[in-house]
Amino acid sequence: MTTAATRPRPTTGRGGSIRKGEAPAGWLMTAPMLVLLGLFLVIPVLMALWVSFSDWGGRGSPLESGVNFIGFKNYSSVVSGGGLAEQNFGMAIKNNFWYVIFVVPIQTAVALFLAVMVNNRRLKGSGFFRTAFYFPSVTSSVAITVLWLFLFSTSGAINKVLSWFSIHGPDWFNAPAGILHFGAQSGPAVLMNHSFLRVTWWDWLGGPSWAMSAFIIMAVFTTSGTFMLLFLAALQNLSGDLQEAAMVDGASAGERFWKITLPQLRPTLFTVITLGLIGCWQVFDQIAIGTHGGPSGTTLTPAYLSYQTSFGDGNWGQGSAIAFILFVIIILFTLFQRWVLRERPISKSRRLNPMPARKAER
Amino acid sequence: MKPFRWSTGRVAAQSVLYALLIVLALVYIMPFLIQIATSFKTEQDAAVNPISLIPSPFSLAAITKLFANSDFPLWFMNSAIVTVFVTLGRVFFDSMAGYALARLHFRGRNVVFAGLVAVMAVPGVVLLIPKFLVLNQLGIFDSYTGMIVPLLVDAAGVFIMKGFFESIPVAVEEAARIDGAGTFRLFWSVVLPMARPALITIIILSFQGSWNEFSHFLVATQSPNLMTLTTGLNSLANGGLGAGTQYPLKLAAALIMTIPVAVMFFIFQKRIMNQSEGAVKE
Repeated sequence: MTTAATRPRPTTGRGGSIRKGEAPAGWLMTAPMLVLLGLFLVIPVLMALWVSFSDWGGRGSPLESGVNFIGFKNYSSVVSGGGLAEQNFGMAIKNNFWYVIFVVPIQTAVALFLAVMVNNRRLKGSGFFRTAFYFPSVTSSVAITVLWLFLFSTSGAINKVLSWFSIHGPDWFNAPAGILHFGAQSGPAVLMNHSFLRVTWWDWLGGPSWAMSAFIIMAVFTTSGTFMLLFLAALQNLSGDLQEAAMVDGASAGERFWKITLPQLRPTLFTVITLGLIGCWQVFDQIAIGTHGGPSGTTLTPAYLSYQTSFGDGNWGQGSAIAFILFVIIILFTLFQRWVLRERPISKSRRLNPMPARKAER
Repeated sequence: MKPFRWSTGRVAAQSVLYALLIVLALVYIMPFLIQIATSFKTEQDAAVNPISLIPSPFSLAAITKLFANSDFPLWFMNSAIVTVFVTLGRVFFDSMAGYALARLHFRGRNVVFAGLVAVMAVPGVVLLIPKFLVLNQLGIFDSYTGMIVPLLVDAAGVFIMKGFFESIPVAVEEAARIDGAGTFRLFWSVVLPMARPALITIIILSFQGSWNEFSHFLVATQSPNLMTLTTGLNSLANGGLGAGTQYPLKLAAALIMTIPVAVMFFIFQKRIMNQSEGAVKE
């Protein structure tokens, strides 16, 4: 059994009797995957790339002869056209930017906190707590969004709870004001008179609107459980030796967490943060179901804007251009993640780590 | 190990930990309890007492309306049809491709695998317009074919299956091979039965993924006859079935569509919780 498993595979034996017919079988077995992914992933992307450089108006096929190549015109009207398209794009980037700024750190911290809490070996009912924290992650985005619209409605459950503490809750999904404006209607002239992507500096600095904040809370609610599991797995893989040594040396629980556990969790922390960054730039379902970008465009996101521009306004070229700009943003994060998490023979943290190096060589 | 002593400080710390955990668990569970309660409320009760967990009066109006006076049963059926086909397709195609990439030696295998890894990086949300363009071009926009076929294979599933096949010893297969079994017979009657744990993972992921799928159906269909629970509830959320907020109706629909995935989750809880563990250990 062991010998068979570790025996080098006869790779050079192509055409030998035991490997006869593997090439046709291999292609045949991967054929459905190749055809389906090619047809519904690769070709679509290429077609949309063409559309983003064309003046196709939504009639017939974009591959027909009447459709013209217009270069970067769609891209430039989105990024610097000076019109509504640019303003919407600016709003979408601004909104999504604040969404990322809030969601990624909060969900990472909450997930880590939950994981550390339920990782306690003496904890009774830890299975129950894990289930409770993870359950929101398995529900559909549509169901959760509908629930959120109810909970955060003007006289809904959240505002009711806030009123117990004598807080007058905002009009969540109808409130376009940025939460960092703290109720101010307008700001200093220098911020009001300058703009980027046709959105004033004042608005850029205003933070997410109350409507977006409700979605930020929803994102933390639905994803912290998933990331908790990632942290939990990492915590359970840590060796207890260092902890015990530190305990013998009289380190407090807090010191042990910040100085020993957290540094050891670095790879997982990094995974969670980049997965969060990648996911947060893809906000679409909530917006399409709940707010359609409103109130006053403060929940527009690039993903929804690209959908709305194409399917709603029939401006397929601009919609595709926005989709590709988003594509580039997300791919950059993905490549960055893969680059940092690439396999290295021996990393700095491993060298500093007194643990056996065998695992790193795997 | 020293014997564990229950000092007073220890007990206090434990109590604080439990109290904190219980409060947190309540925060996570409460929205769903409110959802269940609201599904059995009258519209007025839901508006006046949005937070109470006891409907007064208890009302089946929302549920009755969903099943008797709306397309909800149709949506449910469409979701079920799509989920069954997508899950079957993924189990079959993902495992087949995963096996070929893990075990069979053929020229171009590395290129295929590199392509798969590249495809996995493509964010789904930028595919909305592209998918519509191709479905339209192929003439399968607004049809079951267009809803199901694009979802039949998922790159991540192939990746999982490949990883699984690489983790089991080749000895059994080689014995069968020497006995003269062809590649397909080998795959079907020797390899697949061994792959049960990984196949269950694929089933869970595909079931959950296709049951909850929203954006693909949004761009792939148009006619009300092809609405699934997700697109149907979306239409409901945006003013379908008459005026008013209709929260009991909407929340009841959301509740019923959550039940199948919840059942699935509780059956395979252990496996789901350990799944991500396995993914990180690598």
